Amino acid sequence: MKLQLSEEDAAFREEMRTFFTTQIPQDIRDTVTARRELSKDQIVRSMQAMNAAGIAVPNWPVEWGGKDWTPLQRHIWHEEMQLAGVMPPLAFNASMVGPVIAAFGSQELKERFLPKTANLDIWWSQGFSEPDAGSDLASLRTTAVREGDEYVVNGQKTWTTLGQYGDWIFTLVRTDPTVKKQAGISFLLIDMTSPGLTVRPIELIDGGHEVNEVFFDNVRVPVENLVGEENKGWDYAKFLLGNERVGVAPVGSTKRTLAQAKEYAKTAGAGGTSLLDDPLLAAQIAELENDLLALELTALRVVANSADGKPHPASSVLKLQGTVLQQAVTELWVDIAGPNALATGAGEGSDVPELARTATPNYLNYRKASIYGGSNEVQRQIIAGTILGLRG
Amino acid sequence: MDFTLDSEQIALRDAVRGLLGKAYDSSETRRQVTKTDPGWDEKTWQRLAEMGALGLPFAEEDGGFGAGPVEVSIVAEEIGRVIAPEPYVEAVVLAGGLVAAAGTAEQRAEIIGALAEGTLVPAFAHTEPAARYSEKPTVTAAASGDGWTLTGVKEPVLGGARADLLIVSAAVEGGTGLFLVKPDADGLTRTSYATFDGGRAAHIAFASTPATPLGEPGADQSAAIASVIAAAQIAYGHEALGAMATALETTTAYLKTRKQFGVPLMTFQALTFRAADMYVSLELARSTVTWATLVLLDGAAAEDVIEAASRAKLQVSKAGRHIGQEAIQLHGGIGMTAEYSVGHYTSRLTAIDHLLGDGRHHLSALSTSLDDHGVVEPLP
Ligand SMILES: Cc1cc2nc3c(=O)[nH]c(=O)nc-3n(C[C@H](O)[C@H](O)[C@H](O)COP(=O)(O)OP(=O)(O)OC[C@H]3O[C@@H](n4cnc5c(N)ncnc54)[C@H](O)[C@@H]3O)c2cc1C
Repeated sequence: MKLQLSEEDAAFREEMRTFFTTQIPQDIRDTVTARRELSKDQIVRSMQAMNAAGIAVPNWPVEWGGKDWTPLQRHIWHEEMQLAGVMPPLAFNASMVGPVIAAFGSQELKERFLPKTANLDIWWSQGFSEPDAGSDLASLRTTAVREGDEYVVNGQKTWTTLGQYGDWIFTLVRTDPTVKKQAGISFLLIDMTSPGLTVRPIELIDGGHEVNEVFFDNVRVPVENLVGEENKGWDYAKFLLGNERVGVAPVGSTKRTLAQAKEYAKTAGAGGTSLLDDPLLAAQIAELENDLLALELTALRVVANSADGKPHPASSVLKLQGTVLQQAVTELWVDIAGPNALATGAGEGSDVPELARTATPNYLNYRKASIYGGSNEVQRQIIAGTILGLRG
Repeated sequence: MDFTLDSEQIALRDAVRGLLGKAYDSSETRRQVTKTDPGWDEKTWQRLAEMGALGLPFAEEDGGFGAGPVEVSIVAEEIGRVIAPEPYVEAVVLAGGLVAAAGTAEQRAEIIGALAEGTLVPAFAHTEPAARYSEKPTVTAAASGDGWTLTGVKEPVLGGARADLLIVSAAVEGGTGLFLVKPDADGLTRTSYATFDGGRAAHIAFASTPATPLGEPGADQSAAIASVIAAAQIAYGHEALGAMATALETTTAYLKTRKQFGVPLMTFQALTFRAADMYVSLELARSTVTWATLVLLDGAAAEDVIEAASRAKLQVSKAGRHIGQEAIQLHGGIGMTAEYSVGHYTSRLTAIDHLLGDGRHHLSALSTSLDDHGVVEPLP
């Protein structure tokens, strides 16, 4: 056992830190640290800056732009970007569809899509969930019926994050309704400009528009857009959902947000006094810092032990506790903002600092974190069933 | 000792429930109302006035109906059940309460009568950007000639832009005074904006703005303010109880109907136990808030009411967070959407938590008085 990073890894961390704090456009990092929403253009520029440096998709096979990094190095890469206020590469591209195409797609699909996916020239959306297929994803009903060289797709997807920016959507569709539900699903890539495809916005409770419904009305999709084999889509989806060991717990950004909250609290008391003088708040922050430390150390144990490429069973701990702490810090922000948290709609001319105004929309918005990407109940089920062997 | 409503109180509850249930028959109706200024429905406010709900806590000689905190709590709870955006606690309990507590006989008759009739909606401009929950304002009042002027900024002021009359707290020699400011007063600017719970707040700036003292000119009104705020904290507690009850009912109904894996969600014990815990939170909050109302009804000493209000607000803060967060979580994605109701309940509960002191603020206050008592004794 040993705590220190090897010289090589320490140098790597320095290199990453320098890159993220100097090479990502300042306006983007300012937006992240102001806890404002990034524009599409900012997300694209951010990922393209990383791709130009060859570090946008380190988890991909080397021939498609990946890096032969160790899980620890990938962890460091991910932590450093979050600490620097840099948004991680768009997950739909970098950690979802990219690795699936690289692992299961035809050579033609790889050439056609991977470079553009790494550079965010194509913005991907994720079309898995449906109104009646959420946690029970395999019960999805959107159908793809083969007619000659095309699939004809009908149905509805929902919760499609940032689908309003999407160029393409990767979907799970039912290609065989006669077999067990997991066995009849295929993984299909669909051009979002196809006739018959419509995107309808969903407003969330913070007033923002980040999710959408996507409707398919006889959308014709060339057969060559199928990834891998027909009816094997469930395997690819499991690969997609399970292969992400790094970054499931946004420790870096939660640490940064907590440090920022602490700084803000120093003058947020009545008359500009420090709220840190309140022992209850101080204790609450100290406890959060310790919980985050425990989480980060768990993440380090996971990456240090997953060199064989198999997911560490504790990944679910990271997702579960990562979202719990992320939400706790957004809640803390509202407490620190106090009555100023009400001034959400105030614009220029307000005497309430912007960080107080965005506190509650952020808090409300991050209630999502324990719902998507495998809800916290689903994570507990994995821990109970797979790790502890408790299957009723 | 009796924690139940009498038949007249039940009749009041049913009447208000009937009225508000019709006015806010769905969360979509509420959304339509909160989309346009002033963020609430003037017609519903008029109907509440006609029903007598707006004059409940005030003396008959001031133009009120001589009822008490229990009747106010009944209305507040019904407001919360449908999260009606009408400013009941803000205008009646807070602003009206201050006039009743500090105003001259003439001011009381003039303002409370109009408030009870629904023709005048006052707002209390108290919160300041750098003041947090402090009672000490930085807005200053100066006597000039035979009048007074105010200078400084209040923000966020709930309902501040729609208000027909502002009741403003300001520093006077030796403490905090209260002043009446007309919306068209010189040197007054009001900028309105939406709050996350569908309400409206305002940035209000005073530049040597003419103001009339509420009550005795130049007097320190801190004690009146503290007592009225305590009454409003308790009333907010009831509003939160109503909201929590609906959030729990909505969640329970959803667990019965939403199917995943071919079965209703209520098949999963992990989820039904969480609903049971929400119920536990609600009942504990209900007991504490109701108790605080009875302390107020009993005419207890001001410091006892203030402490009871703190205890109630702390319990409501904990319960509101628990129930609000779980209501969304147990719904899954649908709970996050503006088209569905539970998220709005969670938003409103979050707002109530941070009005007039959040849970930690009250916990801090309570933790400084541990030495005053051996045990906490709820009964006088
Ligand atoms: C903001 C946001 C963005 C999203 N983005 C995308 C996207 O881009 N693409 C996409 O495809 N999907 C996306 N999703 C969908 C997300 O993956 C689903 O919301 C999630 O799978 C939960 O499904 P559901 O909402 O239908 O809830 P349900 O499955 O109906 O669950 C309701 C509640 O029951 C619990 N539950 C369900 N089954 C069980 C069980 N067996 N045991 C115990 N508890 C259970 C859940 O954990 C939850 O608390 C997004 C969701 C949100 C909120």
